[in-house]
Amino acid sequence: MGKKDRMSGNEAVANALRQINPDVMPAFPITPSTEIPQFMATFAANGLIDTEFIPVESEHSSMSASIGAEAAGARTVTATSSCGLAFMWEELFIAASNRLPLALTLVNRALSGPININCDHSDSMGARDAGWIQLYAETNQEAYDNMIMAYRIAEHKDVRLPIMICQDGFITSHAVMNIEVLEDDVVKKFVGDYAPDDYLLNKERPMAVGPYAVSGFYMEAKRQQAEALRNVKRVALEVAAEYEQISGRKYGLFEEYRMEDAEYAVVIIGSAAGTAKDAVDRLRDEGIKAGVIKIRFFRPFPAAEITAALKNVKAVAVMDRCEGFSDHGGPLGADMISAMYQANLNAYAVNYIYGLGGRDVKVESILEVFAALQEIVSTGKVGETYRYLGLRDRKDA
Amino acid sequence: MKDMIEIRWHGRGGQGAKTAALLLTDVVFQTGKYVQGFPEYGPERMGAPITAYNRISDREIRVHSNIYEPDYVIVVDSSLLHVADVLAGLKEDGALIINTEDSEEEVRRQLGGYQGRLYMVDAKKISLATLGKYFPNTPMLAAAVKITGVMDEAEFLSAMEESFQHKFAKKPEVIEGNMKALRMTLESIQ
Repeated sequence: MGKKDRMSGNEAVANALRQINPDVMPAFPITPSTEIPQFMATFAANGLIDTEFIPVESEHSSMSASIGAEAAGARTVTATSSCGLAFMWEELFIAASNRLPLALTLVNRALSGPININCDHSDSMGARDAGWIQLYAETNQEAYDNMIMAYRIAEHKDVRLPIMICQDGFITSHAVMNIEVLEDDVVKKFVGDYAPDDYLLNKERPMAVGPYAVSGFYMEAKRQQAEALRNVKRVALEVAAEYEQISGRKYGLFEEYRMEDAEYAVVIIGSAAGTAKDAVDRLRDEGIKAGVIKIRFFRPFPAAEITAALKNVKAVAVMDRCEGFSDHGGPLGADMISAMYQANLNAYAVNYIYGLGGRDVKVESILEVFAALQEIVSTGKVGETYRYLGLRDRKDA
Repeated sequence: MKDMIEIRWHGRGGQGAKTAALLLTDVVFQTGKYVQGFPEYGPERMGAPITAYNRISDREIRVHSNIYEPDYVIVVDSSLLHVADVLAGLKEDGALIINTEDSEEEVRRQLGGYQGRLYMVDAKKISLATLGKYFPNTPMLAAAVKITGVMDEAEFLSAMEESFQHKFAKKPEVIEGNMKALRMTLESIQ
């Protein structure tokens, strides 16, 4: 169906964008951004795409320019990482509330300080309440596939929201691995042209973007945004079903790995899910019924769907590659454990903070988590629910 | 071949250890195998010790951690022996491949009496003879392919020629020297 190749996660996303050929890409061209704008600038300079590449002086400006371009009616993309996303903070909410389906390709890296360039999810988790759709990837392949599906989801008339395509900094962004890429014309046909109903440059139907809303209207606008985000779940599955037709690869809102009869489950986001699958295979060989749930969509959060997949497990470890500073656990832990409560799940649940600032996650690290779950079930004592994995001086916080 | 071959590269920033790991990924990919090539990033600067990794397998590679029990360790700069624990986790039946001008006895002594498999490559001599400059990564890449046996030598040479033609499209004069460096290294290893 596709062509076998090898590339890094950054190259994979850049190539998906080359195939999509968006109209405009404003981006801050140097650190903390990624190689993705660099690849895109090269494609533009070499005439491979006719994207207008706008090098701006900051991420606040790259998101502002993206908002302007998308509002004008142009299919727009930007890229950033780490503190670059933090610098977009105010504008993220404006993109979402103006219902602008632009795309941001994010490479997840830690926020300062201490200063650290490596992978964790603190950057995008900080933006989780901004009203954006958020998708995460385990591999370069998934980052590529998510990028190709992005505009179909974001631009859908029942959605019209910005979309963040996330992948793990260095672990997938800089690792060269096998990948299967689609033909250019197949991607172009799948993504289609962008034809918004209303846009600023349409002089036949003048409109305002970003007006003031008094208290009598603001709340309804927010509710509409929330409903649009809810619609993502249906639209994303429709788009995934179509994508399977052209790619042979199947995607859901999340992935279940060996969950059919699992008694112990790890819920995890990103590249560490692959490592967790290897851990599960080892445990299954020993007769231990372990499984993995890998989050693909974190926003919207598929609470009911995930808890349905967990209904027979005895214990769950929710894995956060982000310290939420709630003194209670991380952001995925908060969403997961409240979802489990609402679903009346009768399973033990603990929340681990892991992999901060690029702390390596080994198969053995995940085995340690499963061993803790078995211990909880066998003793009936859950102990500390807010834990740290792989800390140097002590095992549990 | 084993289920999975794991390689750890030790070099210094600027010497091309990361490039060598990624080139190895590139050429091995062409054999149809699953590959992974990635660097470990620290506070990078020229001359600082760096690590890069390769996994090669007939099956899909899902694990994303660094490599702690490598089958092969490749040391691009022998001055690292005083700085990094290059033998850490090296499998008992694994091998150490080192760029050095020293005698085997001297290298083993520097490795704290290491008794395992050892391959020594004089990448400086080969590089100076073929390229006129010291670029250790080309010979070390050839050594990696020869010693690990991950692919056929002729297939490797033709894949590399293609890769160099692409990489050095603007300075084709360096292609021949690089190809010579590869061949000379392959011949130098028994």
